[in-house]
Amino acid sequence: MRTIRNGLVLALGITMTALGATACGGGGDATPPAAGPNEHVDLTLATFTEFGYEALIPEYERLHPNIKITHRKTGQGGPYHQDLITKLAAGSGLADVTAVEEGHLSDVLDKGSKFNDLTKIGPADASPDRWLSWKYDAAKTKDGKLIGYGTDIGPLAMCYRKDMFQDAGLPTDPEQVKPLFASWDSYFAAGADYVSKSKGKAWFDSAAQNFNAMVNQLPTGYIGTDDKLAVEGNQGIKDAWTKVTDAVAKGESAKLTAFSPEWEAGFKQNAFATKVCPAWMLGVIKEQAGPENAGKWAVTAAFPGGGGNWGGSYLTVPTQSKHPKEAAELAAWLTAPEQQIKAFQAKGTFPSQVKALTDPALLSKTDDYFGAKVGELFAEQAKKVQKPQYKGPGDGQIQENASSPALKAVEQGKSAADGWQQMVDSAKKISR
Amino acid sequence: MTVIDKIAPEGSKAGERTSPRPTFRHKLSRWDVKVSPYLYIAPFFIVFGIVGLFPLLYTAYVSLFKWEAGDDNPVFIGFDNFKELFADSQFWNALTNTISIFLLSSIPQLIIAMLLAALLGSRLRGATGWRVGILLPYAASLVSIGIIFANLFGPKYGLINDVLQLIGLDPVDWQASRFGSHVAIAIMVNWRWTGYNALIVLAAMQAIPKELHEAALIDGAGMWRRFTAVTLPLLKPTLIFVTITSTIGGLQIFTEPKLFDAMPGSNNGGSSNQFQTVTLYLYQSAFENYNLGYASAIAWVLFVIIVIIALVNFLLTGRLARTPAVKKK
Repeated sequence: MRTIRNGLVLALGITMTALGATACGGGGDATPPAAGPNEHVDLTLATFTEFGYEALIPEYERLHPNIKITHRKTGQGGPYHQDLITKLAAGSGLADVTAVEEGHLSDVLDKGSKFNDLTKIGPADASPDRWLSWKYDAAKTKDGKLIGYGTDIGPLAMCYRKDMFQDAGLPTDPEQVKPLFASWDSYFAAGADYVSKSKGKAWFDSAAQNFNAMVNQLPTGYIGTDDKLAVEGNQGIKDAWTKVTDAVAKGESAKLTAFSPEWEAGFKQNAFATKVCPAWMLGVIKEQAGPENAGKWAVTAAFPGGGGNWGGSYLTVPTQSKHPKEAAELAAWLTAPEQQIKAFQAKGTFPSQVKALTDPALLSKTDDYFGAKVGELFAEQAKKVQKPQYKGPGDGQIQENASSPALKAVEQGKSAADGWQQMVDSAKKISR
Repeated sequence: MTVIDKIAPEGSKAGERTSPRPTFRHKLSRWDVKVSPYLYIAPFFIVFGIVGLFPLLYTAYVSLFKWEAGDDNPVFIGFDNFKELFADSQFWNALTNTISIFLLSSIPQLIIAMLLAALLGSRLRGATGWRVGILLPYAASLVSIGIIFANLFGPKYGLINDVLQLIGLDPVDWQASRFGSHVAIAIMVNWRWTGYNALIVLAAMQAIPKELHEAALIDGAGMWRRFTAVTLPLLKPTLIFVTITSTIGGLQIFTEPKLFDAMPGSNNGGSSNQFQTVTLYLYQSAFENYNLGYASAIAWVLFVIIVIIALVNFLLTGRLARTPAVKKK
């Protein structure tokens, strides 16, 4: 505590010195020549959390004896992306193949000039039809450059508690609950019904979790295609806000902040009956609800408003790379359907490649905890996702530091109107 | 150092020398006296210059620019960052929170530290054990303390609210209410720092000569009178030191509020910035909004505020501990 200021100032000082020293690191178009077939090449690959590439890297090195890969793994996404932006700014220090999470993609697209266009330097087999079109298109800059190959996705479904549904007299079979999750209106109406029948138990975990999914389904998000803030006049956002805050007023929210210790405890405490569920959330639920709740959770192939995506990543090749061609080849190989299926088997990352979605290894994947064929179910949900929403610079930040805190404030007792104003003010401040 | 007995001390007029002209060796030893001390203290100042003074000045330089991280050509804007800062309600909110948390933590902390020191100074069984015990919270990792306390203060499933409900009180939403969150954070700070300060005060108390207390006893002074007339004035330098270090630390509070936020990794300090401190806002400006110029301006304003408050403290503490009983010129 006592040395924070020195530390901060020092960090600032170092960062700025680095900035000052490399202020000329702008990306030129001069691509270095590709190495010969037998020339030794050292490549670095940077990922965060779990991509499931551990076994694939030695395999690639066996196939290409002249290439040596160093894999840098970071535990948490937040610090990883902060570091990424800093090194992007500094003009050096990024890996040849750098992973970027979908939530941070808008900030990276904004600096598209610092990345290679993979349609130009990538191998021919990494063609657009390899990926789901919405996944592929989301990594295009405004001027049409493709800066990332899709790795995995987080198609959305609904998870719910069978036992709690039963206690409140609601249907429990995955097919029979689908109508409840047909639209946001039906979802919140069912929630109000559940609250009254269960004598005041909460329907969902947190307002922000639903609101984010709702905003993601709109044609445009917080930032318009002109890169200007579009919150105040955006009827879609306003409607989503009204629906969610009404549900909070009716007692449908458990008022838990996602991923906080209290939220984690909420799974064990039976704090809520439904949950927005991207594919990777199943692992989180299993871990937090624990073996004692096995068989109580279920998942169904329905999502209010059609479908949606939350999460997943891309592999990019920054212009800083000394071997862009080799790096692009590695990224293309890792994101090919065959390899992504292996990553899926290793770590459960859900593939974004069209071919992988029909792979028997994926379709046959079941999860006893939820009593569902999860592979097939999420493959179906992945196909329901509409075209990607344009995300301008600062979009992710507005979600994290404007809308989510404002909804939390409403859950803590602020009026819906004051909360809306707080979100608008914070969003303005962020997008200045 | 060489022993020098021929040289008159500087500024003394009495020792006018009538010895022969100084030899080279003589000159050398004279330089030795003049220059050596500076060489001995130089390492600190050189290191401080590199890691303290230079960043300080460079931060001041950066604060005059609109400098986004990744900007190849930052724009010089003079004092615009400061103008914007003084009109920024979020900054004033953060400053109010910081001062509120600082007062809620520092004042009880110092009072309790004094009392603890007095207790530890009395005759105890296993005195060393107690003294080590009091320092244990300081040895624990700050991050784990933050995580544990954030759990204890959880609004729904936190132990503290469970206890409150057990004794028939209403639970408090520690993270939602502004004052509640400040109290919770102050408790975290106190838990860690009280023992540390108590030990420093204890060391100073032990250094007070027994004779003074005995003399006061013979003069018929009671316990309280002895404390105010003997202990306090002699503790003055230590109290000033403890107050100023607490001030510097307290106004830079960062880790506790960051970990107290329910949203993992958030720098917002609560849903409506109800416990965002100045350093948290600084960090958010620099590393979340990548607005380095603005963050540097915040850093400098914070620096000036800390200097001012430390000076005020210095004067106040001096006042408090001054009594006519023991006056040394």
